[in-house]
Amino acid sequence: MEACGEEVQVKLLGGSTSPYVLRVRIALALKGIHYEYIEENTQNKSELLLKSNPVHKKIPVLIHNGKPVCESMIIVQYIDETWDTRAPFLMPKDPYDRAIARFWAAFIDDKLLPCIRAVFRGLGEQCQKAVEDTVANFLILEEALRTNLCFSGKAYFGGDGIGFVDIALGGTLAFVRALEKGTDSVLIDAEQMPLLSAWMDRFCEADGVKEVMPDPVKLLEFICATRVKFASLPAAN
Amino acid sequence: MAREGERGQVKLLGATLSPFVVRVRIALALKGIDYEFIQEDLKTKSELLLQSNPVYKQIPVLAHNGKPVCESMIIVQYIEEAWDNKAPNLMPKDPYDRAIARFWAAFIDDKLFPYLRAALFGQGEQLQKAVEDSVTNFLLIEEALRTNRCFAGKAYFGGDEIGLIDIALGGMSTFIKAVEKATDSVLIDPEKMPLLTAWMDRFCKSDGVKEVMPDPVKHAEYLCARRASMVSPPTGN
Repeated sequence: MEACGEEVQVKLLGGSTSPYVLRVRIALALKGIHYEYIEENTQNKSELLLKSNPVHKKIPVLIHNGKPVCESMIIVQYIDETWDTRAPFLMPKDPYDRAIARFWAAFIDDKLLPCIRAVFRGLGEQCQKAVEDTVANFLILEEALRTNLCFSGKAYFGGDGIGFVDIALGGTLAFVRALEKGTDSVLIDAEQMPLLSAWMDRFCEADGVKEVMPDPVKLLEFICATRVKFASLPAAN
Repeated sequence: MAREGERGQVKLLGATLSPFVVRVRIALALKGIDYEFIQEDLKTKSELLLQSNPVYKQIPVLAHNGKPVCESMIIVQYIEEAWDNKAPNLMPKDPYDRAIARFWAAFIDDKLFPYLRAALFGQGEQLQKAVEDSVTNFLLIEEALRTNRCFAGKAYFGGDEIGLIDIALGGMSTFIKAVEKATDSVLIDPEKMPLLTAWMDRFCKSDGVKEVMPDPVKHAEYLCARRASMVSPPTGN
């Protein structure tokens, strides 16, 4: 068997509607890494997925030379560190700037995404409360864009080019926009969040990103169909 | 003003019993970094804390040359990277091993700690469920110690020396034992988790660790008191 190119040994187990998977696809696209994409059915998980991520049994999983890496932002750091001579560099070089990048990526995972999930799953008042919480967290990000010395006045959180925080947040944008339509709500208000809105447009049109963005129509269909299912579940006491 | 040495000025805002603060103290101790410890009163947070961590207003916060770093495992990685020429190295060199280290550190924060906390403040069925979930997750860590090639047969998760995962979990040692006392439950059963038990003993006796670990008796008393004040007596169904 001929020696395979470095990239042939890269597989990504994913799902077309997942913001977490999208983050990884963006990182791979930016670095120009070829990979085999395997669409998982989360209702019927493959043996490979269960074997590769026995702890969480979730996508995305990056499999490089047969070795699985799990958790989207851990995968993004892994991609940056493994293909470390290939631009763009997704993490800053300076330790302090790296700590700031990790802080905001963690904020997006620990504070913002749970609220977005609550909007997705919530109905009526619960959904409304989740919308308010989501907006509050986006406002914190708007404030960071405005005042944090690492970010303010730059095209991206990563500076002149897309970086770690851009990927963490940017991966969620397609889902957020579809969710706004699906719940008839506004999560990123252009007037209240001018910097975030401008950043969002810039990010979604960037090379590497625009090619992997999911079909917004399909994503909206998925969100609406799933919300109908949530609505038909018996109400919890 | 004299030029500050490489170390510069290091301050740690914290509380001696917080497992998150203990993690940072262990990393600083292992690297031999001098610092000023500022004990925070969590009921009346200092201006410095509120200014240094406006997003979460929580300890620990490491201030290095006046610049704040927040979130315990982000601080630990910062310490490793800012003092990267000082042994020991807290992170592996290989990108895959680093991804594994980050995976388990995240597991401890995202999957284990919430259940420990739920057990601490839970009663009746809630307590029982939280204890079961904690035990399940400790068993996953025991399994990893037994079978994961990065860890199996080694003194620590980090290999011959303490590393990221050791700090993430080990920093919680007295907290875990105190939760056991406060809830009268067994979370780490030496018979079911021999490797974890041996690792924890070894960790707690290590140089750098033993000097900063909270007094287990004080920690247990503190958590018992906190539990008593949070858990209201059952009013009957």
